[in-house]
Amino acid sequence: MKVAVTSKGKDLDSEVDPRFGRAAYILIVETEDDTFKVMDNSENVNAFKGAGIQAAASVGDSGAEVLLTGYCGPNAYKTLNAAGIRVANDVSGTVSEAVIAFKSGRVAFAEEANVDGHW
Amino acid sequence: MIISVASGKGGTGKTTVATNLAVSMGTGVQLLDCDVEEPNAHLFVSPVMEQSETVFTAVPEIDKDKCTLCRKCSDICRFNVIAIAGKIILTFPELCHSCGGCIAVCPEGAITEIGRDLGLLEQGVFSAGDFVHGRLRIGEAMSPPLIKKVRERIKPGKISIIDAPPGTSCPVITAMKGTDFVLMVTEPTPFGLHDLKLAVEAVKLLGIPHGLVINRSDMGNDDVWQYARTENLPILMEIPFDRAIAEAYSRGHLMVESMPAWKGKFQELFSRIETLSKAWENRN
Repeated sequence: MKVAVTSKGKDLDSEVDPRFGRAAYILIVETEDDTFKVMDNSENVNAFKGAGIQAAASVGDSGAEVLLTGYCGPNAYKTLNAAGIRVANDVSGTVSEAVIAFKSGRVAFAEEANVDGHW
Repeated sequence: MIISVASGKGGTGKTTVATNLAVSMGTGVQLLDCDVEEPNAHLFVSPVMEQSETVFTAVPEIDKDKCTLCRKCSDICRFNVIAIAGKIILTFPELCHSCGGCIAVCPEGAITEIGRDLGLLEQGVFSAGDFVHGRLRIGEAMSPPLIKKVRERIKPGKISIIDAPPGTSCPVITAMKGTDFVLMVTEPTPFGLHDLKLAVEAVKLLGIPHGLVINRSDMGNDDVWQYARTENLPILMEIPFDRAIAEAYSRGHLMVESMPAWKGKFQELFSRIETLSKAWENRN
């Protein structure tokens, strides 16, 4: 299955970017073989508003079923939820560490957004 | 003639200046409180309200049966109001700026306009004329459409005084744009000066004649006078840091009523504004 991880860099050794909507990159990792695709999120980094919504729609388009990130706001969560994507917040370390944690069932899935929206 | 009272920094005395100026004019004035996030001019001029209406802004509603998930609406929206999540189309109406782009591009005619409640527009009368203000709905983040509605009540040919919101972003631009004169109220503190500079830059871009009122003029330092000299900004009035003024304010009283000597000073302020505004017109 595909897992989306917010990342500060373009490879699996990069640190997880705690921000979702305005993360530098989002890596879409195939858990079967650890191959991955890099989604450049720079357009959203500078978005006026609704960065989380747009990033969530892009993750939905990527075919990922799970998102591993630090913080996820209400609008992003609502969009991810509609796309059927499960969200694990408070993830840290490198992207590959996050994927390993997910595979071994060590991440907790959120029932709601873990930060307030901002304007 | 439309005079907007702005400041950059909040709490410098915009409302004090706007209300005292309005009342000093005697009759035939319009006072419009465009600080819709926290309107307070009514506390000082005690208007009798005659009308109240809810103001709405247009936001999209999508007929999911007609929508083919083509994404044209989502692509055109600069504020990410419409998102396609898998097979589901979602809207976030609180982010909508009511441009109508989504409706224009939808090939299926699946999008219609519905209203989002922005708050109340209230109108009444006070001692010197008409009073209008907006009260933004609690929880609403977007004030410019309500400010525009308040400004629509301006009657041409009258002296209209706008109490603008603080800051230098969309709300204050909406309140100042197209007015005949911007009266900038500042205080001689580093914060006051910092935000005044931002506001002056904005007013210059809008191309509106402007002048300064320095409130609490006997505190702080001389930097604001130096700045005014460098920028060639006329200082139209100075109000001292006076306990009697603060006490009147704290009771919701006007300076010009509790200290009648100020009435003449505010009338003089108005004639200076008029002179500067005419000079600007002749120059252009």
